[in-house]
Amino acid sequence: MDADVEAARPWIENANPTYVTLIDRNHVLSSLYNMVNVPQAVWIDENGIVVRPTETAGSIDILRDFDFEAGAFSPEVLEKAGEAKNTYVGAVKDWAINGSDSRYVFDADAARAHVPAMTDQIALAHATFQLGQHLFREGRTDEADALFARCRELHPASWNIFRQTTEKEETGIAVGEEFWGKVMSLGDEQYYASVDMDGMPD
Amino acid sequence: MAIVLTETTKADVPSNQADALWLNSTDVEAATGWTLKPEGFCQGDICVPIPPGREAEFAKDDQVNVSTFWAHMNKPAVASEAGDVWFLGEGAESRNDTLLSLEAPDFTLPDLEGNMHSLTDFRGKRVLLATWASW
Repeated sequence: MDADVEAARPWIENANPTYVTLIDRNHVLSSLYNMVNVPQAVWIDENGIVVRPTETAGSIDILRDFDFEAGAFSPEVLEKAGEAKNTYVGAVKDWAINGSDSRYVFDADAARAHVPAMTDQIALAHATFQLGQHLFREGRTDEADALFARCRELHPASWNIFRQTTEKEETGIAVGEEFWGKVMSLGDEQYYASVDMDGMPD
Repeated sequence: MAIVLTETTKADVPSNQADALWLNSTDVEAATGWTLKPEGFCQGDICVPIPPGREAEFAKDDQVNVSTFWAHMNKPAVASEAGDVWFLGEGAESRNDTLLSLEAPDFTLPDLEGNMHSLTDFRGKRVLLATWASW
């Protein structure tokens, strides 16, 4: 999910992936699959059936544990994050090998229970975002910015919208003051549900 | 002229007002895939009747008020300040119905070289749809 192809190009060229990598300038996938952040993933079987709906893909909510004095995460926090990533990657490999027999595949009822519910406000935010992206590309940046501000109000949980449209650091990463303010304003609130998967740390 | 966008289409239509999207029968079908019939606003097997007593809000002569129909169907219709660009989105109910059916919604997106790929191209294979971004 990026505003233009060139923002994504260096990352794709450096990774040189063997799998198909697509550019989603309008966040169509966020709208279709009710995604709120990256990385998120959906598991889709050979018949086009979702066997694991939208979920965070191997990351966990550690941002509020960032040690600002040290300018880094502690080794304990990084270990926990690594454990989450390894667990998720292991589950994907298990599914690749065992298909529908993988213990990580949800049955239909469990899959439905894990579908994140969309609201009218979220649907309006996605439509507004897509109009904003069109105007942005046409050079109508003031109008686009006003629409993006409206999107952030309508769908505050969407960090995809927030991070795409907020100020970026020189590195192109959205980790400025506003981003950290948003992270810390969560307080004790869980950002999104932990991945429901054996071995996944809380 | 105005531009009417949906997630998959883009259509140029005659100039419109800022607060409503009135289109004639030819343009409405080209821009939205919906048509006005005696039984209502229709697409495929679905027809949404005009609420009794509110006919003038929804249609007059050969013109259809698409933005009012969209709102009536609980779908988002948003416009630029001048009304020269409209985006007609999908509603939450339709999105939730699709997601709860567990049939993965199809999409078509370009790769780095501009080649288009659809989810349905991968039927017969397991697909890990994973998102990331540069930001």
